[in-house]
Amino acid sequence: MRIGVVTFPGSLDDRDAQRAVRMAGAEAVALWHGEHDLHGVDAIVLPGGFSYGDYLRAGAIASLSPIMAEVIVAANRGVPVLGICNGFQMLAEAHLLPGGLIRNDHGTFICRDQRLRVENTSTAWTNGFSDAAEITIPLKNGEGGFVADAETIARLEGEGRVAFRYLGMNPNGSINDIAGVTNARGNVVGLMPHPEHAIEEGFGPDTPAAMRSGIDGLTVFTSAIAALVAAA
Amino acid sequence: MPIIVVEVMPKAELLDPQGKAVAGALARLGKSRFTGVRLGKRFEVTFEGEADDASLAEVRELAESILSNSVIEDVVSVRFEGGATRAAGAHAAETPVDAPGSAA
Repeated sequence: MRIGVVTFPGSLDDRDAQRAVRMAGAEAVALWHGEHDLHGVDAIVLPGGFSYGDYLRAGAIASLSPIMAEVIVAANRGVPVLGICNGFQMLAEAHLLPGGLIRNDHGTFICRDQRLRVENTSTAWTNGFSDAAEITIPLKNGEGGFVADAETIARLEGEGRVAFRYLGMNPNGSINDIAGVTNARGNVVGLMPHPEHAIEEGFGPDTPAAMRSGIDGLTVFTSAIAALVAAA
Repeated sequence: MPIIVVEVMPKAELLDPQGKAVAGALARLGKSRFTGVRLGKRFEVTFEGEADDASLAEVRELAESILSNSVIEDVVSVRFEGGATRAAGAHAAETPVDAPGSAA
């Protein structure tokens, strides 16, 4: 399995995402924002960072880049696409996911190990989690407040399209504690927290067992591989 | 070259953390009668060609699709620099639009 990770001007976590893909057992393929070539990858990750310095709106300019035209076509064909943090903002700006992300309600950047509940375990990126699994992965953003109109929120909740929900505290003012959402088909998922930073013991969040031993994020990537194997 | 000015504001029903922070600073300076600040964006789009209604319509389309995100923001004004919402010579009020779609 080959999973592409797109690098945009200002991406920060592209190499971490590539490493997560490799740790999960797939080949990581570096993709470039300025090209129209997806190199035939089986799935795509839009990584975190501050593409174009968050100018205009977070993710807005990146969502107009050449590679995103291909990502949109692939997503509509059913190719698994994951947007992490800035990647989630790009997916929202590209209208592949509903809603938008605004500045954190408390007005400051926040960086913490965040507990989440996996609310939908049938997507391409969450099928490896047990139902209502509680996980901890890092969160780090300044503009992570998920918003949408009341009708959209009701539809997302009613259709089970909230993929991840914040537990313990709401770190950014997101409506209904929403941390991540999926499209109706379940192949496109976006979330603000960073699963790629919790994939290897020694480098993840603390757990009751040991410091920095949390690898809850790895299942996001192994889920995609499982979805691809099942579809093959 | 002609310039078209586009103004975009965060949706009224959404929290505007930037505006709130500015209002907090004013309050700390003793300017407490200024009870609210909302902070938006102004774009000045310089273009080649005629300052006509077609150019205004094209920029309005860009304002709705790219310069703003309708999930979180509203386009509140699209006008030629100087205030005209129609090209010079057209018969229209020279006032900014109040809401998207309200201009000719």
